[in-house]
Amino acid sequence: MDWFTKFPAMDTDRLTALKKAIDLGFRDFTRAYGDVFETILYPVQWFMFRVEQLLTTSPWPLVILAFAVIAWLASRSWKITIGVVITLLLIGYFDMWQDTMKTVAMTVVATIMAIILGIPIGILMGRSNRVQAVLNPILDVMQTMPSFVYLIPVVMLLGIGRVPGLIAVMVYAIPPIIRLTNLGIRLVDKDVLEAADAFGSSNWQRLKNVQMPLALPTIMAGVNQTIMMALAMVVVASMIGVQGLGLPVLKAIANQYFTLGIFNGLAIVGIAIIFDRTSQAYGKRLQKHLEVVHG
Amino acid sequence: MAEQVTGIGIQIRNLYKIFGSNPESYIDAVKGGMSKTELNEKHNHVLGLKDINIDMPGGGIQVVMGLSGSGKSTLIRHINRLIDPTAGEVIVGDEDVVKMNETELREFRRHKTAMVFQKFALLPHRTVLENTVYGLEIQGLPREEQEKQARRWITRVGLDGFEDNYPNQLSGGMQQRVGLARALTNDAPILLMDEAFSALDPLIRMDMQTVLLDLQKEIRKTVVFITHDLDEALRLGDRIAILRDGEVVQQGTKQEIVLRPADEYISSFVREVNRGRVISVDMVMAPLTGEPKGMPIKSGTVLEVAAKKMTDSNVPEAHVTDASGAVLGKLAINEVISAMVTPVDHDSAAA
Repeated sequence: MDWFTKFPAMDTDRLTALKKAIDLGFRDFTRAYGDVFETILYPVQWFMFRVEQLLTTSPWPLVILAFAVIAWLASRSWKITIGVVITLLLIGYFDMWQDTMKTVAMTVVATIMAIILGIPIGILMGRSNRVQAVLNPILDVMQTMPSFVYLIPVVMLLGIGRVPGLIAVMVYAIPPIIRLTNLGIRLVDKDVLEAADAFGSSNWQRLKNVQMPLALPTIMAGVNQTIMMALAMVVVASMIGVQGLGLPVLKAIANQYFTLGIFNGLAIVGIAIIFDRTSQAYGKRLQKHLEVVHG
Repeated sequence: MAEQVTGIGIQIRNLYKIFGSNPESYIDAVKGGMSKTELNEKHNHVLGLKDINIDMPGGGIQVVMGLSGSGKSTLIRHINRLIDPTAGEVIVGDEDVVKMNETELREFRRHKTAMVFQKFALLPHRTVLENTVYGLEIQGLPREEQEKQARRWITRVGLDGFEDNYPNQLSGGMQQRVGLARALTNDAPILLMDEAFSALDPLIRMDMQTVLLDLQKEIRKTVVFITHDLDEALRLGDRIAILRDGEVVQQGTKQEIVLRPADEYISSFVREVNRGRVISVDMVMAPLTGEPKGMPIKSGTVLEVAAKKMTDSNVPEAHVTDASGAVLGKLAINEVISAMVTPVDHDSAAA
């Protein structure tokens, strides 16, 4: 009855051998293809560097002005625009400007990449049940796997620094945009699609004229979620050398610097609220035609 | 109306549609006489349409009437192949729609057909004008030309001044005017209308019927109109086909249907019809013997109007003339009145 009280696990030697084989296999893979990945990711690295440089070296009043203009164009709301300016002024006053700009750069680049990759994948998924059946479990894994775990292969493949951090953030943040693009495409009114077909729309015209515009509010909700997830990942990514607001937080955890932790934590909250309110207001504006109902 | 043949005719030949996972394997059984019930209960497939044969002449309004579940909406979707048939032919002009490949079908839909939908199916994020140009935009016409055509039809359906409104800002009747303008702007010879007016209030519906009839006098398209309402069918249809359980039970002109209902099912519909407004003097007149007496009445006049004219001028007899004035037959007031009254056997059946 031994097997009844103690789980009959794989024997230790074989398990060790298995783990070793996988590790060695992956190590060989990283040695063989690490350079290739770095080459492929070079444009990303360049883009990331440029955005960060732009945000950190431009004079702060200009940066705040630019943020205010973007917030105004997206939301057309004075409340949100003034909120953005005040938040950024406070962040600067408490001497977290440089770190905040680095974090913003990371979030923006990760979000842009997630949109570029996520929306086409979401569209494919929305159009094919088979693709959905394959991708859904993968997305489930990406969303539930503890984020520290997939830092490991990323670091093995690309080392530490901005780009691996960016990849880790993006992988963590991409599922909502894929899922919500898929959902948005699937929720498009069947009657309207039929009308588009009846007028002889090609697949591309159907996508461009009907599916994407009608799915856009849902997709915007996905973009909003992706931004929030990317910000949440910033602290974790600081463990692999991503600079920004995450690093002081990590230091504060290690040394129990309560105030340092709170300040930087609040700065993350601040920019999260900026991104959230602005992108949500933009999403709402896209749905304006739905609000005015004949009565 | 129907004598002036313009536009493209549509012939539906031996059309079958079976819904289910493997329709092809039951088609022979259905052709061999398997019933709808047996197909459903034993094989879990639904017989949507069974051996449909309809000739729709070009330039006329063909109404397909039936209650819900009769297959009428399925039938109209075979004409532009939004639904693929299980067997049969749909010949439009001289092409079989069923045999077209994807590209041919797309071109066919772009240039030969336009469709109006029961639930309007407008693009909610586009304004009235942007919705109306849709067909031409898909065809790739220059924007200027698109808008020129669209504005013309927007005016024609009475939506002047609403070009920049969103569909949500309009009432149901106005939304369907947009649907109609969108279809007409496409300038296709065939207009498919799937219960186009069924979602509208009775008064607005009458209004839209009038709009359609007025337009049809000038555009002379081949219109296929689906409805569940016999009054609407009789008002609009040059020819009417009545569908029940996926089969055509009767087809013909409205007068044929009212005067000679094929079975009890159709009689029960026809009983409530105001015959005086449907039947024309041509159906009642007798061959002329001797000199034409009384007043002339134009061929195609409905009985109600003829009776009013005859009683107003107090003549018991009249003669029917065609457009050139030639005499076609004679008409007596008592025959006019007896044809307007619902036959006794149907009356007793109703009691």
